[in-house]
Amino acid sequence: MDEEMARDETVFLLGEEVAQYNGAYKVSKGLLEKYGDKRVIDTPITEMGFAGIAVGAALAGLKPICEFMTFNFSMQAIDQVVNSAAKTRYMSGGTIECPIVFRGPNGAAAGVAAQHSQCFAAWYGSVPGLKVVSPYSAEDAKGLMKAAIRDPNPVVVLENELMYGISFEVSDEVLSKDFVVEIGKAKIELEGSDVTIVAHSRPVGFALEAAAELAKEGIKAEVINLRSIRPLDVATIIESIKKTNHLVTVEGGWPQFGVGSEIAAQIMESEAFDHLDSPVIRVTGADIPMPYAKNLEELSLPSVNNIVNAVKKSLNK
Amino acid sequence: MMLARLTTLVRTAPRVSQLPLPISARVPLLARSKATKASDSAATSLQDRHVSFPGATFGSVFTEKMEFISDYPTIPTYRVLDIEGKVIVEGQDPKLSKEECMKIYRTMISLNQMDMIMYEAQRQGRISFYMTNYGEEGTHLGTAAALTSDDVIFGQYREAGALLYRGFSVQQCMHQCYGNENDLGKGRQMPVHYGSKALNIQTISSPLGTQLPQAAGSAYALKREGKDACVVCFFGEGAASEGDFHAALNMAATTESPVIFFCRNNGYAISTPAREQYRGDGIASRGHGYGMHTIRVDGNDVLAVYNVVKEARRIAVEEQKPVLIEALTYRVGHHSTSDDSSAYRPKKEVADWMKQDAPINRFRKYLEAKKWWSEDQEQALRKEVQTAVSHLFTDVYDELPWNLQEQKAKLDALMAKYPEQYDTTGHAKTKLS
Repeated sequence: MDEEMARDETVFLLGEEVAQYNGAYKVSKGLLEKYGDKRVIDTPITEMGFAGIAVGAALAGLKPICEFMTFNFSMQAIDQVVNSAAKTRYMSGGTIECPIVFRGPNGAAAGVAAQHSQCFAAWYGSVPGLKVVSPYSAEDAKGLMKAAIRDPNPVVVLENELMYGISFEVSDEVLSKDFVVEIGKAKIELEGSDVTIVAHSRPVGFALEAAAELAKEGIKAEVINLRSIRPLDVATIIESIKKTNHLVTVEGGWPQFGVGSEIAAQIMESEAFDHLDSPVIRVTGADIPMPYAKNLEELSLPSVNNIVNAVKKSLNK
Repeated sequence: MMLARLTTLVRTAPRVSQLPLPISARVPLLARSKATKASDSAATSLQDRHVSFPGATFGSVFTEKMEFISDYPTIPTYRVLDIEGKVIVEGQDPKLSKEECMKIYRTMISLNQMDMIMYEAQRQGRISFYMTNYGEEGTHLGTAAALTSDDVIFGQYREAGALLYRGFSVQQCMHQCYGNENDLGKGRQMPVHYGSKALNIQTISSPLGTQLPQAAGSAYALKREGKDACVVCFFGEGAASEGDFHAALNMAATTESPVIFFCRNNGYAISTPAREQYRGDGIASRGHGYGMHTIRVDGNDVLAVYNVVKEARRIAVEEQKPVLIEALTYRVGHHSTSDDSSAYRPKKEVADWMKQDAPINRFRKYLEAKKWWSEDQEQALRKEVQTAVSHLFTDVYDELPWNLQEQKAKLDALMAKYPEQYDTTGHAKTKLS
């Protein structure tokens, strides 16, 4: 955000506690001092209100970054995101752009239960007119955020609270001011030949751990980090299936109408279907509101073990 | 002038119904007298000056003077006790029985002690989250004491005192915060999301402001049932910025439902100070816009809160009308265990409030003046609600094994040597036999 704010004067950040308090999760640390209160704006607690203000500013030519303290609270503002931000370009015959970024932590955190722990990838991913990205690593987070800010369309950036404190090694290329990750392109995190595991956000890490486990048993898994939920990079998944003939999807969200369901459906409709040696298996969050009790919470989220088991089931091992 | 009258309508004495004329009857009278004078000079009939558009409020008259209204009278803050716990105007003392006062006070202390322990439990990683109630005890207890057990409570999240007063035990709070098998919610909700169907307390919901329209709907249900009960809905001044607040007040006003909207204006919405949250005269000023009985009260004065809620309940139930109460108070603790308030407000500010005007202290002074309470009783009560430190070592073995005996001896020595590091003033001094 800092680099893009320095690069483009029209970029500004608004949301609850983003300025003086440096953001509820310290994501916007130092931005207020650097860019002042005209470009880093604390708002009253009205999600519908400040999302609407951001949309209005975008329609008038600015590039707002609208932070939701968590995406759970974006439900209060979803009409602005879906009916205004996503559809204005289409409805205006392409004459009006709405360059805006909606960002904030998404998915389950720890010990915050039903109303603070849910994944909105499937919700926003279903809306034509929106782009939706879901970073896993530091490289993803930086590159996708920069791409989102530069994109002339509304982009939903689904961050993960539990990943904020995780460090990743990055290359010099990633550190460069020009590093941007193309929206709509998945990344093959690990090459393999026996099974394809597709995941997004924090579960990518679980998939990589599962692949390491499986490698001990001689199973070579290919791990695809989706990076973008919409547009969905089905081509990369198809190419991988042609090689491995097996697919397991992993996500923290609910199973019904989820990201995995969509991938399974698109694979069924593609030429990759003929390359599958077994049905696609989804590993997802449990089909319940998130419980608070720690043991129940752990059981409600996909684990490395779940992924290993799903892969073995797929391979009939 | 009209504004001033409307916004201070709720009074403990005289009751609204005892005013010389209902407000709706008074306004047109005022208008008429002005209109008559005008018609004398400008030969305009009363009929011509009366605004008859369908959206016009009854009593609005035409004027040829263009004037934007910007200078609204500031709504006063009702109180009974001064900062030293003295009743300022004798007739305003609700004269609660000793028993009732003791129940209020004991609950305040229990709440305080529970907060202290649970906050530490969170810091030690035993629970994931907690929110203390420090400084707002007056609003919780004044409200709870003025209600009946049939009245439904919709909380925001910082109203544990009202629950304790109703009979939700400290133990039940623990069960909920630890999400154990005894939790009424079966370990499914975050800490402090209490609720009890038996006690007519709706379970707390995390997304801000959702309880407001739900309270209006719940009150509408009570109205249809014809029940002798109302809904009390707590919310903060920050939540009043949510669209839900507008929907709730407007719906409650138009359906004339028995609901008391109780704003705990504690100065901060997490880190956002009230001065950045709104520009008007607090939350109370909005009651006028919704045509609602409204009052502002000193939230650190538990007796004032009691009086106000008692009368608001009467208006809600007897007159079937919603009421808006804005209680001014101060959030002494952090918003929750997820923030550090020293990042956005000076520590001295907090210390000054605690020293100068804590609702518990104010009420204690009132009780002490009545000779109902003493320092000895205070110490005894605070200890009563906390277990003894020595029980760290008990109830595992029938007889204390040698290693625990050694540990205990070491701890005792340390505590004796560094009393300021091991402050046990809040704990009972039971010795192991």
